[in-house]
Amino acid sequence: MKLFGRDKDTSGEILSGGESAIANKEVEGLSQGQIVRRRFFRHRGAVIALFVLTTLIVFVISALDTKIGAVRIPGWWKWTVEDIPELRYEDCPGGTTGCPTLSLNPSGAFGLGKHPFGQDDIGRDYFALVMNGARRSLMIMFVIGAVSGFIGVVVGSIAGFYGKRVDAVLMRLVDFIQTVPGIIIAAVIGKAAGRVGPLFLALFLGLLGWTGLARLVRAQFLSLREMEFVDAARVAGASNVRITFKHILPNAIGQIIVIITLIMAGAILTETALSYLGFGVVAPDVSLGLLISQYESAFTTRPFLFWWPGFFIITIALCVNFIGDGLRDAFDPRQRRRITKKDRLRAKVDVKAGP
Amino acid sequence: MQTNKSASGSLLKISDFNIDFWVDGVWYPAVIDMNMELAPGKVTAIVGESGAGKSTVALGLMSLLAANARMSGSVMVKDQEMLNAKPLLLRKFRGKEVAYIFQEPMTALNPLFTIGYQIVETLRNHFDMGPKEAHARALELITMVDIPDPQISIEKYPHQLSGGQRQRAMIAQALACDPGLLVADEPTTALDVTVQAEILDLMRGLKDKLNSAILLITHDMGVVADMADEIIVMKDGLTVESGTADQIFNRPRHPYTRELLAAVPKLGASKKRVLAYKESSKPAPVLKLENVTIEYPKRGRVPAFVAVKNFSLEIFPGEIVGLVGESGSGKTTVGRASIGLIPIKEGSLEIVGKDISQASQKELFGIRRHTGIVFQDPASSLNPRLPIGESIGEPIFLAKLAKGPELARMVEELLDQVELPRSYRNRYPHELSGGQRQRVGIARALALTPDLLIADEPTSALDVSVQARFLDLLQELQGKLNFACLFISHDLAVVDILAHRIAVMQDGLLVESGERDQILKSPKNDYTRRLISAVPVPDPAEQRIRREARLALKK
Repeated sequence: MKLFGRDKDTSGEILSGGESAIANKEVEGLSQGQIVRRRFFRHRGAVIALFVLTTLIVFVISALDTKIGAVRIPGWWKWTVEDIPELRYEDCPGGTTGCPTLSLNPSGAFGLGKHPFGQDDIGRDYFALVMNGARRSLMIMFVIGAVSGFIGVVVGSIAGFYGKRVDAVLMRLVDFIQTVPGIIIAAVIGKAAGRVGPLFLALFLGLLGWTGLARLVRAQFLSLREMEFVDAARVAGASNVRITFKHILPNAIGQIIVIITLIMAGAILTETALSYLGFGVVAPDVSLGLLISQYESAFTTRPFLFWWPGFFIITIALCVNFIGDGLRDAFDPRQRRRITKKDRLRAKVDVKAGP
Repeated sequence: MQTNKSASGSLLKISDFNIDFWVDGVWYPAVIDMNMELAPGKVTAIVGESGAGKSTVALGLMSLLAANARMSGSVMVKDQEMLNAKPLLLRKFRGKEVAYIFQEPMTALNPLFTIGYQIVETLRNHFDMGPKEAHARALELITMVDIPDPQISIEKYPHQLSGGQRQRAMIAQALACDPGLLVADEPTTALDVTVQAEILDLMRGLKDKLNSAILLITHDMGVVADMADEIIVMKDGLTVESGTADQIFNRPRHPYTRELLAAVPKLGASKKRVLAYKESSKPAPVLKLENVTIEYPKRGRVPAFVAVKNFSLEIFPGEIVGLVGESGSGKTTVGRASIGLIPIKEGSLEIVGKDISQASQKELFGIRRHTGIVFQDPASSLNPRLPIGESIGEPIFLAKLAKGPELARMVEELLDQVELPRSYRNRYPHELSGGQRQRVGIARALALTPDLLIADEPTSALDVSVQARFLDLLQELQGKLNFACLFISHDLAVVDILAHRIAVMQDGLLVESGERDQILKSPKNDYTRRLISAVPVPDPAEQRIRREARLALKK
């Protein structure tokens, strides 16, 4: 074997000279994206959460009619929010009305029935209401994520890249926004938002939620901008814009995605809290938080009016959190998989390398 | 004091030692069937390139490896089995019988505690000692390792000490319990040559005084020649060859050992190089620095720092000028200023006849088309998110010379030039080894066929064999493309191979400059002389002579 020969290695294999062969084994022939994907799919909780959340979104959106301009895509569920079917009085426990017809008892009347989630006070189908509320809440969640993500990245990048006075001014702005008690401002605006609609509320919450992300992006930029590849790009003649978007931002994208997911998980809870307090989404619009607040008094007698929206809130927030957690693990190169005893036993013994 | 002898007369006995690492369901061997025996008062060196398993052995001795490691065989310290020993026993032995010195003293010492406290802590962990007694002993140790002003230094935090002093503090801590065995993992790699020489002197002296054994792990054959009695050569986890220093250096048997030794650059061994021009009819210089002063401006409460003072240097077409000096001497600052990455405060700086001391951003873009730079750290100088083809092509693309298929063709030509397969175009930096990444660095620097190439310590992160290939390649390319090159390095032996002329810097000042042979063979300046004498030569006999000469010079 020629060790230090100058012949070209055309086989495309990693040369043994240089880093340890063991470290190379983990990344051999994989792009950064592939490595992240592989790590993400190893995180069982995150994969399940991703599956559940996607299914849930498709389920929720396809259930009811969707209006895009003049086009109306019909949903698969038989009732809409406007329908007021007859309220059921029979076979409900304790003389209540409109109890759920969903039955999971395999020996008895297994099936959905007429109103699987039950009916509200005036007989509206609760399944349709919950679906509509979940839609609103999801929309608010994604808008908040997008708005705060965008502002956070832009402000953080500018502050981190230019530093000095620009940085000082922007970071003081961040300090200021962080000291403002968000929930009170949101409540004041939320009062007004009832007349303007949930989209406005989402945009406004997005305008308040970006500060943490901006801090993080700034920190990433501060450290990345000192890397030699940035100098190399500058020597190559790259402009500041190109350095920011082509060289620095892609290297920070992992952290950014993680924080945005976590912001979204928080957003759905903020919306719920505000709506519950009566400052968020207001009737006749529906959101999950609003449903809970409206039927709060029915908790002891008709708990299903409380359970269903609660179940959806918890599922969505939990899924988004799990996905964020999985992404953080996947992007963090220091994260190593723990080796279990089973792994140890199953592992093949590699053939010893020749001298 | 205790004795460092056990019943069988050996301090450390390793037999059939195997270490494997678990990676993705497969055990990869890192150390295979290792055997060695250490006697007190001897220095045994493990040499080999990165990834050979040297450090793994050192950490494996005391079960300090990560959780995905598996060990088998036997490690006996003073006739006690260390492998799979109870944690309590291991803890008793760590620090007391087997002490470690690591490469980076800044990260190995706790920044929150004073060095005195850290030594006292080690002492009181192992001995039944009062705080006063321990403090006195710590002071004694700090005095022993020659840290200046021991009374004051004992209260200092690691960041208040210089690199060399920190390494001394770590040695003091390691010696606190009079260990029988001192494991030194690349103890001088992060240090300057002059400091390295002092630390090696210190270790040699202490070994004789305490009669301990030293297990020295290093990739630097010069250090090995200076210190080692016995040598073990490792490659890919296997012990390739072992024997006395004399045997390995003068009569190596295994081809790997021979190639390893051949790849080590040796000061004063390269052929005479002819200047690319005649002294009488000099062409116009490619780079001209005249009385340049560079200052890092004041930041907050940190006062302004003058990194380079009154520096003058000219580089002519087709020649390589080596810029040497210790860390903090301002070499890199000069290199970066020469390409317009750092503004200069005073003086004038001309590249290819254009003054860039007052140039605007736009003018700088134009000038940078004539220059290229290879950075020190191949790991951070390539954007990890860009395929290397894009990194190489970026200067061409931005200079609007080519795009699309034309650009792809030029990138392929550049890859051919630096002897990398064309298929590497689509790879990401992390898929390449250090040496390959540095080749990509050259390809990018040469993309615009520059008149001037700045090479900022391009080989300091590479193994000797990779370094040898890299230097060959650089020389070959320089011969073909005939660019002028400013080669910045702390390694005189490397500069010796490449440079036509050498400039020596100390504390931001140009100390001496001239033709290579004149600087290396008959230096005029005291500092240059000290610098040259501190470089260890990979030959035990010659190194002994040099060492004695250096000690004489010091007196």
